[in-house]
Amino acid sequence: MSATPTHSAPTHPTPFGEAELRGTTEKLWEAVSRGDEYAAYGVVLGAQGAGADDESLLLDVIGTVQRKVGEEWAANRMSVATEHMATAVNDRVIAALAARHAPAAAKDLPEHDTGQDRPGRITVACVDGEWHALPARLLAEVLRLRGWHVDYLGAQVPTPHLIGHVRRTGPDVVALSSSLATRLPAAHAAITACRSVGVPVLVGGAAFGDDGRYAGLLGADAWAPDGRAAAELLAGSPLKPPLTGHQSVDDLPHLVDQEYTMVRRDSGRLVKAALAGLEDRFPAMRSYTGLQRQHTAEDLGHILDFLAAALYMDCEQIFTRFLIWTAGILTVRGVPAASLTPTLDVLGTELKEFPRAGRLINHAREALNDSTLPTPRSGSGVLR
Amino acid sequence: MKRSALRLAPYPVLVADTHGVVRFLNDTASALLPHARPGADVTRAVPGWLASAHQNLSAVPVGSPTGPGSAEPEPSVSPAVRGEIGERSFEAHPTCEVTGEVVWWLVDDTDHLLAREALRMERERTAFLGDASNALLSSLNLARCTAMTARLAAGHLADAALVIEPPVGRGLVMVSCTRDGEPVRRQVGVGPDLVPGLPEALQGFPPVPARWIDPAAAPAWIVPEGFGTVGSIVVTPLPGHGVSAGALVLLRGAGQAPFTENEEVFARLFAARAGAALSAARLYEEQSSITETLMRELLPPVLHDVSGVEFAGAYRPAADSERVGGDFYDVHPAPADSEGQESLVILGDVCGKGLEAAVLTGKIRNTLHALLPMADDHQRVLSLLNGALLNSHHTRFATLVLASAVRHAGSVRLRLTSAGHPAPLIVRGDGQVEEVGTHGTLVGALPEAPAVTVEATLAPGESCVLFSDGITEARGGPLGDDQYGDDRLRSALSECAGMPAAAVVEHIQMLASQWVRGGRHDDMAVVAITAPRNNHLSAVGGRGPGRFTA
Repeated sequence: MSATPTHSAPTHPTPFGEAELRGTTEKLWEAVSRGDEYAAYGVVLGAQGAGADDESLLLDVIGTVQRKVGEEWAANRMSVATEHMATAVNDRVIAALAARHAPAAAKDLPEHDTGQDRPGRITVACVDGEWHALPARLLAEVLRLRGWHVDYLGAQVPTPHLIGHVRRTGPDVVALSSSLATRLPAAHAAITACRSVGVPVLVGGAAFGDDGRYAGLLGADAWAPDGRAAAELLAGSPLKPPLTGHQSVDDLPHLVDQEYTMVRRDSGRLVKAALAGLEDRFPAMRSYTGLQRQHTAEDLGHILDFLAAALYMDCEQIFTRFLIWTAGILTVRGVPAASLTPTLDVLGTELKEFPRAGRLINHAREALNDSTLPTPRSGSGVLR
Repeated sequence: MKRSALRLAPYPVLVADTHGVVRFLNDTASALLPHARPGADVTRAVPGWLASAHQNLSAVPVGSPTGPGSAEPEPSVSPAVRGEIGERSFEAHPTCEVTGEVVWWLVDDTDHLLAREALRMERERTAFLGDASNALLSSLNLARCTAMTARLAAGHLADAALVIEPPVGRGLVMVSCTRDGEPVRRQVGVGPDLVPGLPEALQGFPPVPARWIDPAAAPAWIVPEGFGTVGSIVVTPLPGHGVSAGALVLLRGAGQAPFTENEEVFARLFAARAGAALSAARLYEEQSSITETLMRELLPPVLHDVSGVEFAGAYRPAADSERVGGDFYDVHPAPADSEGQESLVILGDVCGKGLEAAVLTGKIRNTLHALLPMADDHQRVLSLLNGALLNSHHTRFATLVLASAVRHAGSVRLRLTSAGHPAPLIVRGDGQVEEVGTHGTLVGALPEAPAVTVEATLAPGESCVLFSDGITEARGGPLGDDQYGDDRLRSALSECAGMPAAAVVEHIQMLASQWVRGGRHDDMAVVAITAPRNNHLSAVGGRGPGRFTA
């Protein structure tokens, strides 16, 4: 559901052509990266007045700008705070765009909506712990434009809330968004919960892999690479309510070794042990300031989060890609990325009883040694 | 084999030769095959399936050496065949003699087959009931559960099924489904009286058995659209928990066999499960609608900009399963037409968590709403609130911050009063974070609640942040047990200069939530009051904070 636009031929030809859309995107990026809400309104509402259709504005203009925000942040060219500001501006632009439809939408939605002539009712939400709500919001607005009855629950929806909502409203399908691989266990819980009450789940977002490979592992009924694909998929044949009686433990049989559970539970202790071990192996650390030490602790926490996610999915790539990305960020920050190898050594020693964790760590260590430092890409990280 | 032995065999035995002539049969076989006697042609003596099995067997040269090691030919056994003789089913086991004769041993397996069939059906039904229970219990949504009942019944018990809901007022609401079709919800403006047995089935008590109705006597609405001619109809009650959960009407087409007694018993087993599930779903729906209604007043409000001042708030209750808790906030906007009137912002924290604390937050919010006309004197508001809380039966107390905000020539003027609550923080345009010097006593505990009110001004792009101690006292972090603390909050806020209120709130809320890493935490509430950045000046350019100064 990341609102990645397809740069191929637009599916809805408008007098407002691709060149104009690109121009609008550039102007919006200008405004959004300055945090200039009013200029941003002007750009988008101006394009709408000039004949741009709303779906293109949402997916090709706002979606592209938001993707760029994510890229800038992932490449450490934008702070988390600035990213929030840019996102907040984008969010309000969407709200302004949506407000123009409000009267029509209200007319379509009588008190007792029979739902007979609408495509259906859908709940759009981000999984617990997921703060990147904009892709989900864009999908919600696009589906609203296409006539769906949309319940948009926003960022970080705890699974009990999601299920309570699904039980109350009985949607035809739930769309779940997640951008970070570390949220995959939470996504699994949400997918399982929705399917156990008989509602099919469509998932999207970078967390599920470029090709959606994790979506199937977690039992999702469908996956879409971007907002437009998700809307098209939903417009096709309706997703079948899942067969119940499915046991979610069958999805990921490797979890039986409890390595995920232990690493998750011992995360704090492992960070402490790694800090102590690093000071031994990496003398430069002894002269770290309190703040530097805190940053290191946070980085270690993220490394363990991704290790846990990789253990959960039993997938080396999740851990290795994160470390390679981290190496890139550390270099940008002026921290020697060489410190990552001793970090992995220390973690490997701490987790020597855990064969799967050991394999993941070895794989990542080899990849780090092989890679000439990469250009940071894809929003797979959490570091500042 | 000796004929005498064959004569006494406990099974029907028949011997025929390679020419297809019956050579021998014992008494049991004679009784079974009246046309068979020695010398008769096999094709006349026995049913076709057995005669052709014999011919096939005789076509193969028999009595030939069975292996290189054996000099003498030996009798051999061929695979059995099965067929019917009269109304019973037999397995015929052939033994080929060295002479070329075939001895057919006939074993009656009718009862065995019947038992197998009964077992298969029983297994199928048990599996269906198991699946049905899973499917029905999974959904506490009444509409979904009703549709599921109709779909399951139509797929496994009949050609079409109708679930009629317990009547509310006039008319009947029903969901019908044909086999392989989609459930359709319908409403008819008539009562149940026209269908024999339906009123009793919908009554719930006393329990009534399933009832057959004459398809000719049934009203037209009972037949789903496009169903064709109805062969048989059964009405079964759906027993709920002590009340009726509705009635199930099963229909079969004219070409189909009518319902057997056995099938009817099975339908009742299904109806019992469906009724229990429907009843639970109805109860859940009633309860959740009551909760929803009561909760609506307690949920944190959605904040909007008011008269040129941005407000944003976010709330996260301690327990993920709850939506309310002991923290609360409100913005009471200044009347739209009144230039220079203040909006009143409240953020507070009642001691305790969960629903019980939330009920008290509701009372405090209502009381403060009533005290709005006195909002120009924060101390007076707090004293009155303190008195009201002391006189209530609650033993809980609360801390809160009052903030009155009004836009004045591009900036926002604030009056802030803390009653035992963490002091608000102001984010200046250059990223400096200042603590507002207001302090006071919590309310609801002591006879007096003195507090100091402090004034402040926000330049464009600056924010005042109100928060509950759930943020600063959040425990977690990479080491697992550190407090988020004032310093981290201040350093996070220092990056929020020039940001819209919504972004400030989201930023803080996200950092605090990530800090607890899914662990236990207290209620967390944040409200930001922001002076909007002046768009005209920002268009002029300049990157420093100075460009926003009016």
